Amino acid sequence: MQLKISSLTKQYPGVAALDGIDLDIRSGELVALLGPSGSGKTTLLRVIAGLLHADRGRVLFGDVDATRLSLRERNVGFVFQHYALFRHMTVAENIAFGLRSRPRPRRPDKATIARRVQELLQLVQLPEHGGRYPDQLSGGQKQRIVLARALAIDPSVLLLDEPFGALDAKVRVELRRWLRKLHEQTGQTTLFVTHDQEEALELADRVVVMRQGKVEQVGTPDEIYHAPASPYVFEFIGRANVLEGRVEQGRFHSGALKLDAAGTQDGLARLYVRPHDLVQADAGGGGALSASVCGVQRLGGRINSELQVAGQERLLELETFDAGGAQVLAVGDALHLRPARYRVYPVAG
Amino acid sequence: MADRLTERSNPPSRDPLQEPAWLRALLIGAAVLSMALLVVLPLAMVLASAFGDGFRAWWDALAEHDARAALKLTLITAAIVIPINAVFGVFAAWALTRFEFRGKRVLLAFIDLPFAVSPVVAGLCLVLLFGTNGWFHAFLQEHDIKILFARPGIVLATLFVTFPFVVRELVPLMQQQGADEELAARSLGAGAWTMFRRVTLPNIKWGLLYGVLLCGARAMGEFGAVSVVSGHIRGLTNTLPLHIEILYNEFDGTAAFAVASLLAGLALVTLVLKFWLEARHGDALANSHRRH
Repeated sequence: MQLKISSLTKQYPGVAALDGIDLDIRSGELVALLGPSGSGKTTLLRVIAGLLHADRGRVLFGDVDATRLSLRERNVGFVFQHYALFRHMTVAENIAFGLRSRPRPRRPDKATIARRVQELLQLVQLPEHGGRYPDQLSGGQKQRIVLARALAIDPSVLLLDEPFGALDAKVRVELRRWLRKLHEQTGQTTLFVTHDQEEALELADRVVVMRQGKVEQVGTPDEIYHAPASPYVFEFIGRANVLEGRVEQGRFHSGALKLDAAGTQDGLARLYVRPHDLVQADAGGGGALSASVCGVQRLGGRINSELQVAGQERLLELETFDAGGAQVLAVGDALHLRPARYRVYPVAG
Repeated sequence: MADRLTERSNPPSRDPLQEPAWLRALLIGAAVLSMALLVVLPLAMVLASAFGDGFRAWWDALAEHDARAALKLTLITAAIVIPINAVFGVFAAWALTRFEFRGKRVLLAFIDLPFAVSPVVAGLCLVLLFGTNGWFHAFLQEHDIKILFARPGIVLATLFVTFPFVVRELVPLMQQQGADEELAARSLGAGAWTMFRRVTLPNIKWGLLYGVLLCGARAMGEFGAVSVVSGHIRGLTNTLPLHIEILYNEFDGTAAFAVASLLAGLALVTLVLKFWLEARHGDALANSHRRH
């Protein structure tokens, strides 16, 4: 089912939780709503689900205006952050709930429901767990059962609120891959909310970056990572170094460093570069930054060095990889650096 | 430096909350003694006095016409009050935990009012409303409805006094459980009634039972509010506590204690059930149940 969201607005006392959201979700897509807490991502998900009402704007499910549909008619599969499994029912009863709650004419008979429950238990790879109660399951198992419960009603769209938020790191990564596979199997249009950029980039077909109730950027993980539309997205999506400087006639200047910045307007500007996109360079050429090492941390295979650059207030981070045999920087070393990949943004005002 | 630290051996480790033995003995002794003096001894006295003239006299005191009428009225009152308070308690708890509205905090505070105010005042309020000079007196006269000095007054007074028990048990419980399971049920296509029957009610059933239990115990034991509105008509508007008072005032000690032993027996049953609920289903009760 394809989703169309237009100028969706929701006001909480004092803050705009959603501030004119426009979004198109294609059928079968797996989309991440990414943003820090308070960016409106969960509110957006709940409005789509019909758990909250928007003040203005509309949500279209295919051609149908869902704003007028009840929760039941929307038929969405919603997965709550803290699972919200029915604690007094077995796993099988939980999964059967949606089918058993249908009005009598549309309710499948007992045998059909039982068969469907078993199918779903197979799908989420917990075929033996139908008789257990939710508090006898681990976090990861609960998450999978909640998914099975949501899928049981053949939802028009699957909505997941921080699906891996309550799990520990290892289970989270496993479950993420599993969800990706499940999505490939079912082809279900899926939206999930997360504040973890790694999760969004790994899992989603497209990522929607949100900030203060607005959509900051929509794109594939590659687009978001390599061409962030704003300093906000750049900093949110990964680690960032910032160099102060200015743009003159399409070139960025900062100390001796001169770099192409075609398309950026003249004036004060900031250059953003990721720690692993800084490379050591010769002193000559198009100019390079002179830096001195003031701290070195070894993090397994990676080495993180802190650099002091003349003329810059903030320290720079340089990430290199310990490939064995390569010379490791030491505190006090002097070196020259150039950003290999970078983005230049004008300073507002 | 390190040497100096290891030279001295550590003092024997002690639980920081473990007080000296003599102090513990003193405190435990005081607690046990006060329990014995204030609870066990009076209860024993009630039983001793009740059976003081033998089992036969005890039985006669209970089988006597007015005593039977009082027991009947008490049970009828409880049978009316408990379901009403259970239903309205669930409604009120639902409204207070699932909806946002103006004045919610004030309403929460008011729910405790029947606990805070003396039951006698509650009874007097009813007199003020339905009495000879009361607001509704003319209306009641016209339609020949008797509330004061009749059973409806007793039921109303008991309702008022016992209202908080169910609500106060359910509000914290439902707050703690949150609305997620209910929202999940709705999003899976359940109607409001299905959601209530299959998700809400099973989640609060033990808490509800707990509240009902306390409500029932209080309904049967209530004296002050009922005393004001009852009119003390023997065999007609006397509940068990009122009947006991009359017997006692007439120096019929044995009968008074016999009926009192019945009331104490009801209380003990309540206590046992309460204990069982807390032990067996403590996790399904609100954290607040220790407050009662």
